[in-house]
Amino acid sequence: MDALDLARWQFGITTVYHFFFVPLTLGLSLLVAVMETLYVRTDNPVYKRMTQFWGRLFLINFAMGVATGIVQEFQFGMNWSEYSRFVGDIFGAPLAIEALLAFFLESTFLGIWIFGWEKLGKRLHCVVMWLVVLGSNISAFWILVANSFMQEPGGFVIRNGRAEMTDFSALLTNPNLWVQFPHVIMGGLATAAFFILGISAFNLLRKKDDASRDFYLKSAQIGLIAGIIGSVLVAMTGHTQAQHMVATQPMKMAAAEALWNNEDPASFSIFTIGNEKNRDDVFAIRIPDLLSVLSYNQFGGQVKGINDLQAEYVAKYGPGDYVPPVWITYWSFRGMVGAGVLMIVLALYGLFLLWKGKLADRRRYLILLPFAIALPYIANTAGWIMTEIGRQPWVVQGLMKTEAGVSTTVGTGAVLISLIVFTLLYGVLAVADVVLMLKFSKVPTEPTLAGGEDDAKLLVSAY
Amino acid sequence: MDLNTLWFILIAVLFTGFFFLEGFDYGVGVLMPFLGKNDAERRAVISTIGPFWDGNEVWLLTAGGAIFAAFPNWYATMFSGFYLALLLVLVGLIIRAVGFEFRNRDEREGWRKTWDWAIFAGSLLPAFLWGVAIANLMEGVPIDAKMNYVGGFWNLLNPYALLGGVTFLALFVLHGAIFLSLKTENELQERAFKIAGRVWGPTVLLVLAFVVFGYMATDIFGRLGVNPGVAPVGAAAALLASGWFIRARRSGWAFTMTGLTIALATVTIFSGLFPRVMISSLNPDYSLTVYNASSSQYTLGVMSWVAITFVPVVLGYQAWNYWVFRKRVSVHHSGGHI
Repeated sequence: MDALDLARWQFGITTVYHFFFVPLTLGLSLLVAVMETLYVRTDNPVYKRMTQFWGRLFLINFAMGVATGIVQEFQFGMNWSEYSRFVGDIFGAPLAIEALLAFFLESTFLGIWIFGWEKLGKRLHCVVMWLVVLGSNISAFWILVANSFMQEPGGFVIRNGRAEMTDFSALLTNPNLWVQFPHVIMGGLATAAFFILGISAFNLLRKKDDASRDFYLKSAQIGLIAGIIGSVLVAMTGHTQAQHMVATQPMKMAAAEALWNNEDPASFSIFTIGNEKNRDDVFAIRIPDLLSVLSYNQFGGQVKGINDLQAEYVAKYGPGDYVPPVWITYWSFRGMVGAGVLMIVLALYGLFLLWKGKLADRRRYLILLPFAIALPYIANTAGWIMTEIGRQPWVVQGLMKTEAGVSTTVGTGAVLISLIVFTLLYGVLAVADVVLMLKFSKVPTEPTLAGGEDDAKLLVSAY
Repeated sequence: MDLNTLWFILIAVLFTGFFFLEGFDYGVGVLMPFLGKNDAERRAVISTIGPFWDGNEVWLLTAGGAIFAAFPNWYATMFSGFYLALLLVLVGLIIRAVGFEFRNRDEREGWRKTWDWAIFAGSLLPAFLWGVAIANLMEGVPIDAKMNYVGGFWNLLNPYALLGGVTFLALFVLHGAIFLSLKTENELQERAFKIAGRVWGPTVLLVLAFVVFGYMATDIFGRLGVNPGVAPVGAAAALLASGWFIRARRSGWAFTMTGLTIALATVTIFSGLFPRVMISSLNPDYSLTVYNASSSQYTLGVMSWVAITFVPVVLGYQAWNYWVFRKRVSVHHSGGHI
């Protein structure tokens, strides 16, 4: 492996790892804010304990997100300095704005929220949590402004040997941003929903007293409502995004469907084992016409295939291989969609049980839910792998190849060291994170609901 | 003043804020195992910076983002050039951040000791390495005609840079000790004063050495001329005054003085660099400046509007944060409730 491969691995590992924590931060901050709002509105102490119980898990997760996020901001310069030079005029701006608008907001108000339970009034304390929610969402927005430029560059001109920004508003009106941002936000909501559902179900299974049953049932209700909204909307926004992809990044879609040649009407792959060298199917089950229907909301319509696109790109960009790794793109797409479908099914069935008033008694369903926590994580990870791998060989679509972006002066040894260090460190942190998550998913809630002194027993101070 | 200069100043301001704020919480992190004799005390020590450290660190992230946006070549050259040093900084920042959040979530002694160690090392390492980095920026590093750093890792650990590292560390520890004397009471406060008093002398000597050797190793101080101006003189005077205020047990004033020292020293260094952002030791013509390393005028313009609009807002709520948590932290009642 050379420095380029190692730098790719490092970026993949650190980014995928970071994104384990981001969606939960996005969704759970919102749901904790909702719980605290319910507390302020109703004065029901259950909601306060709920805010603090889920808030504690949120904080454990948030710490990991922040710690691993620092690496993200630095490694463009460390490993991808040529990329940073070439697109820094455009790409740096959203990152700086993210720090200024979002990181300060998030970190400052989260600090106030953790330590401010006794210093601020109830309402103000709740407002502070909403500011944290705002901060995390602004953060997601600006990082996706940056990523959308990589998917669908616009508002720039090549000058002085680099891409220079000519229109800031083009960054904000990038069509890719407006299909991607809602998808990520809804993915976050679904992640938090299944997180809450899984842990609530786990506790409903092992706790028999009325107070904790009430506590976790109420939590599960919030999780279910968020789960149905999140999983349905994430699918709908994902559908829009896929249609957009057919139009703007056809190669990514062709790879995600293992569609080797142009088809009209195009078939949808259920299961394909392909031969990437020969670019044909070894074995495939395809539904005729369906890909055209999904792509254009109508019967028929040409969807471009890998071979035709490759020929097209050679004519346009010169000789080279413009095909991304097909099997990764194909299977990550299926992983994402498959997990998404299961989430919708589980959420719908849960809603049905809730409506029937049987949610807490259907053991077989409750046993499934803790395992279902993994589903949004699979979908989130697979989704990003597909988005980024499917764009290869480009780092910025049609503008710069990934191999051209790597730091020229950083040696293989240095990248290898950092790759090993990050992998080991992240491994240790993962263990600590899981230990704490498991522990605080089980910390019993006090049966008495009177506020005041039992809070001190219930809660473990942050510092 | 052109936009390039404006952004140089803004980045200098961000680093000033970062060193001033994160300076004391690095110091507190380094002092925590020595000052806190038992778990409750260590907890109280950490609680003094609990609501602040994360917000303080964002000053660095914003400075990094601002360098990327305004001077992409500076970002690319420095971050790829100082690769392994930055890796160490990152490791420090990661274990420190996680340490703060995780240490109290389990009572087992091994767990707490591990994270205490992480907080200590994660505070010491970056504090030291920022000194190393700044000293290297002052001295100049081997940069070729294509703006690439060609020096390797060990080049960064030259004697002057190491002196810079120790000086920064000492200054931050002093700043942190004084901060602790400001935010704690009774016995902890006594110990904080004592440590501040002990660290002050060596810090003065280190700063003196850093400046004296700086005349030989860099052109930063030489460029100041016969009348160095308000900033460096003010920095020196404030450092001396802080010693007097420590003895007089006026922690508020002492903290103001070390804060001034850090801020004015940062201003001095950055104005000594200007208009260069990275000095090439191979050929002065290869140096990165605010002009050859910058973004386009259009990008700088956009970013200026963003900064002018939002920096005051950020300053406003950060100030409010410090106002909310202005009270001293006691050993028996420290920490948040979640």
